[in-house]
Amino acid sequence: MTVKTYQLETVSCPSCIAKIEGMLKKTGGVTEAEVLFNSSRVRVQFDETEVDSQTLKSRITALGYPVKGER
Amino acid sequence: MRIPHMSKVQRLVLSAVLIILGFAGRELWQLQLVFSWLMVAAGLLAGYPIFKKAFSALRYKILGIDALVTIAVIGAVIIGEYWEAAAVTFLFSLGDYLESRSIEKTRSSIRALLDLAPVTARVLRDGREEVIPAEGVVQDDLIVVKPGEKVSVDGVVTQGYGALNQAAITGEPLPVEALSGSEVFSGSILESGYLIIKARRVGEETTFARILHMVEDAQDKKARTQKFLEKFSRYYTPGIIILAVILFVLTRDVTLSLTLLVIACPGALVISTPVSIVAGIGAGARQGILIKGGDIMERLGTVTAVALDKTGTLTEGRPRVSEVIPLGSHCSDELMRIAASGEAYSEHPLGTAVVSHAETQFGITGLNKPDDSRIIPGQGIEFSLEGNRYFIGNRRLFTDMEITLEEETEARLTAQEELGRTGVLVGTPQGVLGIIAIEDSLRPGVQELVQELRDQGVRHIAMLTGDGRRTAQAVAGNLGLDSVHSGLLPEDKVRVLAELQVGYGQTAMVGDGVNDAPALAAADLGIALGGAGKDIAMETADVVLLSSRIQKLSAALSLSRATVRNMKQNIVFALGVAGLLLAGVLVKTVNLSFGMLVHELSVLLVILNALRLMYFRAPGDTGRSLPRRLSKLHGRKRGRKKSRMEVV
Repeated sequence: MTVKTYQLETVSCPSCIAKIEGMLKKTGGVTEAEVLFNSSRVRVQFDETEVDSQTLKSRITALGYPVKGER
Repeated sequence: MRIPHMSKVQRLVLSAVLIILGFAGRELWQLQLVFSWLMVAAGLLAGYPIFKKAFSALRYKILGIDALVTIAVIGAVIIGEYWEAAAVTFLFSLGDYLESRSIEKTRSSIRALLDLAPVTARVLRDGREEVIPAEGVVQDDLIVVKPGEKVSVDGVVTQGYGALNQAAITGEPLPVEALSGSEVFSGSILESGYLIIKARRVGEETTFARILHMVEDAQDKKARTQKFLEKFSRYYTPGIIILAVILFVLTRDVTLSLTLLVIACPGALVISTPVSIVAGIGAGARQGILIKGGDIMERLGTVTAVALDKTGTLTEGRPRVSEVIPLGSHCSDELMRIAASGEAYSEHPLGTAVVSHAETQFGITGLNKPDDSRIIPGQGIEFSLEGNRYFIGNRRLFTDMEITLEEETEARLTAQEELGRTGVLVGTPQGVLGIIAIEDSLRPGVQELVQELRDQGVRHIAMLTGDGRRTAQAVAGNLGLDSVHSGLLPEDKVRVLAELQVGYGQTAMVGDGVNDAPALAAADLGIALGGAGKDIAMETADVVLLSSRIQKLSAALSLSRATVRNMKQNIVFALGVAGLLLAGVLVKTVNLSFGMLVHELSVLLVILNALRLMYFRAPGDTGRSLPRRLSKLHGRKRGRKKSRMEVV
């Protein structure tokens, strides 16, 4: 299991949380997803054999939240 | 059709222009059709990102605020309310833009700390100075720091002398003196002088990097209120949507249902807590007050009892020998020589005080080391020296060893204790040879602190110490504490804390974090004083006061109280607005665009209120804000300003 934290451009509306978490949880290979609203980050736990970090990042970006950094 | 990329601002300005043109067309030339088309165009332009987000979310079957606004706008266009459609999208986009800008601002109170991290380091290699990226430094490297430069490692000064500004870490505006042997932290700035530092800890291991990570993680630990509000909003939004549908079925009033959709997102309410907490944690971090999360912020704001450790918290924690009292026919020199030999290996602060006093005041060096020594916890040590057995310790040690204390000894000991000193007895199995009185002076400002804590609503202030009753009481003296608990072993402190919790509620334990770890962990809130560089204290305490100024304690309390107050204001305001909006929509005094306007305004007001916290200063704290200090430093670096403290 890999855990990554992505820094997103402003997550300002609370409904963004549901949106991002919902999308990630419906993505195959993702076992856990949590939006850290206070710091505008999202922490994702996923299985790297099923989905890679790049795909996750582009999906989050496609949803309207560009990924600015990761750790 | 491919829509050219536009920035949010461009979109908003263009959309506003279209709206104005539309009105002009209708009012001046009665061009009703042009008005309608321009409004739809303005709505599309401002709303395009909203619609896009809504559709991408719908692909995952998620109904967000974007979707609700989109439905409302489409609905408005269908029923011919073109101006409403344009107004709603325009206001929502504008609100969204201002919201993200101002929310970024509260977050920046924490991100600004990251900018204080050192970027480069001047390393001394093969006798030459070399500027390298900070992450390239390895342990034991020698680092050269010149005036205006940042220290890039935690280390020890091996050469040089200077005035060091540790504001980035401890929040203290005044520089401290750094000289050979001083411990220095990454992130401090050398104001004047010149230092060569041996790197002990580098990169992610440095105190500064740890503080940064702790603050970053702290902001995401939710307050209880935040968790509750998030749960609330999870029911609120679907609830309003269902209400909108029911109302439509009952009344066939499309406008009413669409207006409800627009206010279905309790934006201000959900945002109310996190913005205050993030601003509060950021404001604290910049003043050297590390509060490890929202729930801790909330609890700190409701503390009703405070237990203060004596040594190192109320006192300086640097005990020194104040008097040497030989008894009977013995002399001071002999007494000090025996005591210093016995304590030679000791790491107990009192032992260290004895050894250094023997060296500096009596010139006793090159001691004979004890043949064997045994530490008796909470009492002292027993050892053999040159064939004789000796004891150094407190009264209990001597009573346990059945060594009688003569009347004179007892009187002298009591007299010292009543002065607030700790009397260390030195003796043999036959009797006491003398007393070494040790004193640890109170920190400046302790008296004022007690008053400040009272003003902040702390009902009970207790002192916890391992010292004897008389010494403890003499130190507590006229501080006006509510209770003094003396003669405590670490496990006793935990017991006393439990009693305080039962008697007075939310109890905070304040210690210097070295030997108080169990007590810090047992309290409702563990507060470590002078935590910078002390790993265990930084890890275990809930609140870390990075500088060792005891006044930071009341600053931390007032900051948390201010934060909780700010949070409550936000919640009450947000709830009020949400309630009024809902009522207004139901009695039809609030229309679509007005509903959106109020909704967005309330979100903005909540954020602006939180922003006030970023400039929070505890009453009586005269330290200047960090950004100003830094700009001053940069000014100085270029030689425009003179140093506040000249080091000669």
